[in-house]
Amino acid sequence: MPIELYRAAFAYPDGSPALSSVTLRVGDGERLAIVGQNGAGKTTTVKLMNGLLKPTHGEVRVDGVLTTDRTTAQIARIVGYVFQNPDDQLFASDVRTEIEYLPRHLGWPDEMRTERVERAIDITGIRPHLDANPKDLPMAIRKFVAIAAVLVGACRYIVLDEPTAGLDARGLDLLRSMLDHLRDDGTAVVTITHDMRFVIDTFDRVVAMADGTVIADGRCADVFADDEVLHRARIKRLIVAQIARDLELSRTALTVDDVVALVP
Amino acid sequence: MALASLRDVRFTYAYSDRPALDGITLEIESGMVHGIVGLNASGKTTLCSLIRGIVPHFHKGELEGSVEILGRDLLEWDPAELSRTIGCVFDNPFTQISGIRETVFEEIALGLENLGTPRAEMIERVERVVEQLGIEALVRKNPNGLSGGQRQKVAFASIIAMDADVIVIDEPTSQLDPDATDAVFGIIADLKAQGKSIVLVEHKIDLLAEYADRLTVLRAGRIVTTGAARDVLTSDELIAAEVPVPEVTELSRRLDAIGRPFVRTPITSAEAAAAVSARIQEASNAH
Repeated sequence: MPIELYRAAFAYPDGSPALSSVTLRVGDGERLAIVGQNGAGKTTTVKLMNGLLKPTHGEVRVDGVLTTDRTTAQIARIVGYVFQNPDDQLFASDVRTEIEYLPRHLGWPDEMRTERVERAIDITGIRPHLDANPKDLPMAIRKFVAIAAVLVGACRYIVLDEPTAGLDARGLDLLRSMLDHLRDDGTAVVTITHDMRFVIDTFDRVVAMADGTVIADGRCADVFADDEVLHRARIKRLIVAQIARDLELSRTALTVDDVVALVP
Repeated sequence: MALASLRDVRFTYAYSDRPALDGITLEIESGMVHGIVGLNASGKTTLCSLIRGIVPHFHKGELEGSVEILGRDLLEWDPAELSRTIGCVFDNPFTQISGIRETVFEEIALGLENLGTPRAEMIERVERVVEQLGIEALVRKNPNGLSGGQRQKVAFASIIAMDADVIVIDEPTSQLDPDATDAVFGIIADLKAQGKSIVLVEHKIDLLAEYADRLTVLRAGRIVTTGAARDVLTSDELIAAEVPVPEVTELSRRLDAIGRPFVRTPITSAEAAAAVSARIQEASNAH
């Protein structure tokens, strides 16, 4: 069952609108990236998906049920949310306790707890750090701890807010293999990101937002071919793709490999 | 005079059994943008902290070898004087915001207040940096209520407003969107044009390729390679250190691999555009 936003709008209590009208469907096991300038409504959109916010107009359904008919805690078990800043999320004094918190809180049987915890540890590569205090770990590793703490639950949708911020090449590789693992598992992933190289290398579907609404939703190749969309969402195609376009080699080149093939 | 001169430096944090920096011999010249790259935990932040005297004055540990900052031994510097001489933007904007000021405007002015800057000049400097970064809409907000990206801009603005001759900047754009990232790099270019010295840790290698004069690559606390940005970015050591190469350099490497190399490896987008353009020209002449 999908997540569906239908003409979803959200205004903050002071009346300032964050989302004017968003219609968007995330299918089971799907993987998509949401891009756009700060303030475009990306974070508000994903907070509507996991019930942290409820729409002020329109509808948001998770598994066919309106989020306004459920508690945030109920929805959060289906749609997990990894915050941009891991320090907003982490609270335990060691990594293992952090990851085991949810299973213990929910009173899972030992066997199930162990299986889910081990899976989360493996997927995120944090095994060497289980005894460390999260506060002593570098930002990049704290991020993976925060992801593991969400993955341990049985969410079928995971929202990642700016997962590549501050990650080095090794962290990016780990993130990509984690996303592949989740795809194989059938877990859907919705990612907010400013990192276009990450989007192009990792996602087939991209949603571009501007001014509180979706201005494009489709395959990377199509969205990045549209100058108007890139301008409104304040995003850029890869440098090499832009060069190929400027030199009239191609209007659709997307990746470095595409451009390699075009250079005479 | 060199901004920093390090010889056989090894530093081990008091709570650690392995050195964070080891065997570091490095000359950082004044008036340039000196980029520092490497994996997480390779020693980049510790190197910044050392130049700024936070190590070992504030974060204790064992320092071996010699460190000279602007010609004076690090241990002879008064930490307060060093902190006024070298501005420092930390990598975590959540720790840099003071938490004791009620508006962004006051937050940005805080460092200037501490320096005893006259009020009129203080206001003028804050207004200038606010305009440069395009954060006019934030100035009346409470710094504690800002998003990660907004905090990062305010932390950067606070340091730029202080107008130090040397500025150490640790990952200034990690939480910023592309527009804001461009604004930050625009300011860095301005600072360099004013003759200031900048030490810059940044993962966005494409931007370092455009703006850095020199680069140092760290791995596990040691220098893998250091030198002119072009030499470093086209070297195999960069790849060995698991640092991504710029997109345009990657293009060149792949063309190389299939036997169709560019005459000269590009590191900036302008160079790559020129190289591709030349090839198109050649191809059309051949017909």
